[in-house]
Amino acid sequence: MNNNEIRKSIIHMVHYSKSSHVGTCLSIVDILTVLYFKTMNIDPLHPTLPDRDKLILSKAHGSAALYATLAERGFFPKGYLDRYYIDGGILPGHLDKEAVPGVEASVGSLGHGLAIGLGMAIANRQSKNPGRIYVILGDGECNEGSVWEAVMLAATLRLNNLIAIVDYNKLQSFGRTNEVINQENMAERWRAFGWEAQEVDGHDMEQLETAFSLPQAGPKVIIAHTIKGKGISYMEDKLEWHYKSPNDEQYQAALLEIGERS
Amino acid sequence: MRNTFIATLIEEAKKDERIFLLTPDMGFSVLEAFRDLFPDRFLNVGIAEQNAVGVAAGLALSGKIVYVYSIIPFVTMRCYEQVRVDVAYMNTNVRLVGVGAGLSYGPAGATHHSIEDIAIMRALPNMTVCCPGDPIEVREIIKQSVHYDGPMYIRLGKNGEPRIHSDNTPIEIGKAIEVIRGDDLALITTSNMLEQGKIWVDELAKEGRHASLISMPSIKPLDKEFILQLIARKKPIYTLEEHNVIGGLGSAVAEVIAESGIGITFKRIGIPDTYTHHVGSHMHLRNKLITPEL
Repeated sequence: MNNNEIRKSIIHMVHYSKSSHVGTCLSIVDILTVLYFKTMNIDPLHPTLPDRDKLILSKAHGSAALYATLAERGFFPKGYLDRYYIDGGILPGHLDKEAVPGVEASVGSLGHGLAIGLGMAIANRQSKNPGRIYVILGDGECNEGSVWEAVMLAATLRLNNLIAIVDYNKLQSFGRTNEVINQENMAERWRAFGWEAQEVDGHDMEQLETAFSLPQAGPKVIIAHTIKGKGISYMEDKLEWHYKSPNDEQYQAALLEIGERS
Repeated sequence: MRNTFIATLIEEAKKDERIFLLTPDMGFSVLEAFRDLFPDRFLNVGIAEQNAVGVAAGLALSGKIVYVYSIIPFVTMRCYEQVRVDVAYMNTNVRLVGVGAGLSYGPAGATHHSIEDIAIMRALPNMTVCCPGDPIEVREIIKQSVHYDGPMYIRLGKNGEPRIHSDNTPIEIGKAIEVIRGDDLALITTSNMLEQGKIWVDELAKEGRHASLISMPSIKPLDKEFILQLIARKKPIYTLEEHNVIGGLGSAVAEVIAESGIGITFKRIGIPDTYTHHVGSHMHLRNKLITPEL
């Protein structure tokens, strides 16, 4: 299964580089897997085709998940993943579009990606380009006011080539999302701003694929209920895995757990 | 300068379909002609500058050349991090066009003045910073901006700045323009202070002191070669800008002088590191804050 391979890559990357954010990576693996292996019109051998679909990982502290997915999909050799977040590396902790093919935007400061994706969607409509734009946001990221500036404009323009995915894992860097800034009724909030909104289990590949494939009249958001750290039992729904990197023992335990499923 | 900007951009947009114009709800009585001629390449994104710059970057990543027009503090400072990441870091073809250089918005108050913009914009890698001094400089810089690679900040005046140059004066991004040649001292101006510099140089001439008047429409890249030639003349150099004396033209020229290793009399004339609480017209405030220490 591609998603298991991607999870293995992520665990490997954060382990050897002793880097943070493994939880945020694991919560979007299934979303990325469906997008890159089922939904998106992309060609890893020709990563800059003008009418390709584009994805922006706005919650770019989950970069390891995107790098692992792109490598799994063949955008670049998997060996590159050994050079993440280290001296002389090629893959920075937040996304640099010049690092490797397939990264559509340099992001890392929260609240930027949806506006950039919106600009791409406007450009595609104006140029009659069929490419669709996908933007993955964190639920914590939705604290940023700039997200809602983009939400309002996208709805006004009724862009039906723009799809946002909120990785609703209910944890942000210093607490439970709905305790830090209440975002209950997330889908209702987006609908109130004029978006089509659909809630799915963000780890159910069939539900995700169906949600992405349904036609849309305007901008659409998929509220993906996810579990931070999904797939590694000792990391699931634990705030500390926003920061910690697995030690050798934890690394082996994680690989064993993923291996049992693959 | 505003009218020259939009007239020139319209001419360029007729020739180049990549040109887009965005505004966070500014430009009443300025941008309408562009909007009406190119409705699918004009967008009022609403009062949301962060979004304006992010959207501009997305358009630019899709092959468009995007001009974002607003009052200077809003198109530079309100959205500075979007400018940093989405525009400068990604090296996108976005042109931030700010109106209201220095104290142009006079009685509107300090929220609408721009005295830090040159400093913060020139600190950004990849960013070209252009501060045209008259409508001819605006016209030439806007024309060149269409084919210029990478992001740009273009600082416009507001209040009907007069023509200083003749129609065929050579103007090039990255080049100084010696408007008047004099052998006693050199006065380097930028942006909307070219007019003021001309007045002072003319007054000095009546006193028998002959100053060179230099317009510096491009702060970054800076015409270092020209400044080194000025230094070689061994005459005092003054800089003049409607901007904080920290970080703008004066600082940029000072850096060249300091690194030249040649001692020379030098003085920055500009706004003395203060927000004004005075109320008054552009010229009233300019005369209060900027004194001719030549």
